Amino acid sequence: MNDRLGRIKALWRKANAFAEEAYNAPYRSAIARAKRDQDDLFMLMVYSELMGIPNPASFYTLELQPLMLERFHEWHIRMGMEHSPLDNIRCC
Amino acid sequence: MNAIFVLIAGIGAMALGYLFYSKFIAERIYKLDPNFRTPAHEFEDGVDFVPTNKYVLWGHHFTSVAGAAPIIGPAIAVIWGWVPAFLWVILGTIFFAGVHDAGAIWASNRNKAKSIGALTGDVVGKRARSLFMIVIFLVLLMVNAVFAVVIAGLLVDFNSAVIPVWGAIFVALIIGQLIYRKLVGLLAVSIIGVIALYTLIGLGPAFPLALPETFMGLSDRAQWIIILFGYAAIASLLPVWVLLQPRDYINGLQLFIGLILLYAAVLLAGPDMVAPAFNTDVPAGTPSIVPLLFVTIACGAISGFHGLVAGGTTSKQLDKETDARFVGYFGAVGEGSLALAAIIAAAAGFATLADWQAVYHSFGQGGVNAFVAGGANILSNGIGLSEGLAQTLLTVMAVLFAGTTMDTGLRLQRYIFQEWGQIYDIKWMQKVIPATLLAVGACVLLAFGAGGADGSGGLLIWPLFGTTNQLLAGLTLLVITVILVRYGRPMYYTLIPLLFLLVMTVAALIIQLRTFYEQQDWFLFGLDIVVLIAAIFIALECGSTLNKLRKGELESSEVKD
Repeated sequence: MNDRLGRIKALWRKANAFAEEAYNAPYRSAIARAKRDQDDLFMLMVYSELMGIPNPASFYTLELQPLMLERFHEWHIRMGMEHSPLDNIRCC
Repeated sequence: MNAIFVLIAGIGAMALGYLFYSKFIAERIYKLDPNFRTPAHEFEDGVDFVPTNKYVLWGHHFTSVAGAAPIIGPAIAVIWGWVPAFLWVILGTIFFAGVHDAGAIWASNRNKAKSIGALTGDVVGKRARSLFMIVIFLVLLMVNAVFAVVIAGLLVDFNSAVIPVWGAIFVALIIGQLIYRKLVGLLAVSIIGVIALYTLIGLGPAFPLALPETFMGLSDRAQWIIILFGYAAIASLLPVWVLLQPRDYINGLQLFIGLILLYAAVLLAGPDMVAPAFNTDVPAGTPSIVPLLFVTIACGAISGFHGLVAGGTTSKQLDKETDARFVGYFGAVGEGSLALAAIIAAAAGFATLADWQAVYHSFGQGGVNAFVAGGANILSNGIGLSEGLAQTLLTVMAVLFAGTTMDTGLRLQRYIFQEWGQIYDIKWMQKVIPATLLAVGACVLLAFGAGGADGSGGLLIWPLFGTTNQLLAGLTLLVITVILVRYGRPMYYTLIPLLFLLVMTVAALIIQLRTFYEQQDWFLFGLDIVVLIAAIFIALECGSTLNKLRKGELESSEVKD
């Protein structure tokens, strides 16, 4: 009895994973791209003062700068700039 | 003849096509290689390039390509009798669509999963690429206009479907939130979604809703068309996970349930094919069967739209190259089986020949409404659903398909306008809302321009839509043929379908041009000329490319075996 219950549970999990994949696969790229756009905007806010855009929340965003350095590197590569465009941030 | 025989013959022939012909094409012509490192592995990034289970990929490919079009086309074409429509759907699926779809995935897979448009630029030339973009724009424009007209017609004729059709949007919104916030597992959500949708369908016949017959001088159809475009514009602006993704998922489930119910009902009821096998007494004004049959049924026999899905998304997720056979060819078989169901519903779903003739009283009149009426008869005889419920169910199925296509189509059209804004440096056109308004405006113009103020004649452009779709398929086949020749493989398996399509589409365009001229329908006349020019240029491109191939000028080192 327990064995059968276990098998049904395993089958349910498997079917669930299959449904999950069927739901997500078609839109994975569209959603990831939309998320990336939002992240880029956020990064612009965090680093805005370096580009001369006044940032009223710089007291808070300053703390985030080191956390975002790796993503900043990915971002400038994606934007077609081989090296960091900002003088005070040298990520590569 | 009994519909059971038609069904078994059709499914049997397509099954044999998959078992033997697709094996031959996959092994001898495309030479699919299980050890080839597919782009999904080579460029795996978790975003675009993700190796995907072949059954999941097939489900995605099939539900992306199957929509309202393989229902509408065959249901219109039954006017020439059911045998020609049946033969074109079955033979087209086996020898045209399967080869085209699997070939598009293969060609894209061998070239870093580029889209077919980009491949056209690489393999054939820049001019062909621009043509490709123009044809895509025309296809999107027509599909949005035609589907709005079709949905409006269905909502007027079967007003019991109004509540479930619009209710389905709320069901999709809710399950989208449930999944996004990870409140419930997906399997449970699927079951909840399907139960909610079918509850709404069950409620529909008890609460039919109709718009006023005229409102501010607009007929009820025209009002629906405007409401639909308003909805599609808003829907296309929402993030995909809010509405489009859950809607698409529910539609996929609904497609499988609908097909199974319809096939089961045919087997249980065993209706006779009431429509004539060959209609020798077609209503006045019906165009000649050759070449019009081959453009009236595009999706379901061969459709260029599949190439866009195959190259743009499917090929980026292909786990093994050999999966292209199952995903592409069997995807086409799936679509063929939907078209077959539409033919049976529109030919066997009527009690007498006189009833059938009353529906098919002029060209373009049968269509999807005949599918709903006929299919509902079969469903009620076969599995005992009440006729009102069965009609609601099939209407909802067709409308949901068409509605999702409108949402996607409008989104894509907006991208095209935004891209033009960038190319020609027009600032306002790059913005989202003006680009959406332009896209909607173009479609509304076409929907009303083609059919007068009540929008009822929109189906006149159906064959023109089919023609454009076939041109797109022709371009894809040209790309596959060129790649095959470069690999030194036989080209006749793609070249013959290509030539057949070109001849039929050009002939159909000329015949329609004459009809529009005689009817003094200058709007459609102009549109026909635009498509005709595109077709002639495509034919010229094909000619010059094949000529170069013959002389061996196109041998290039880019493509390696």
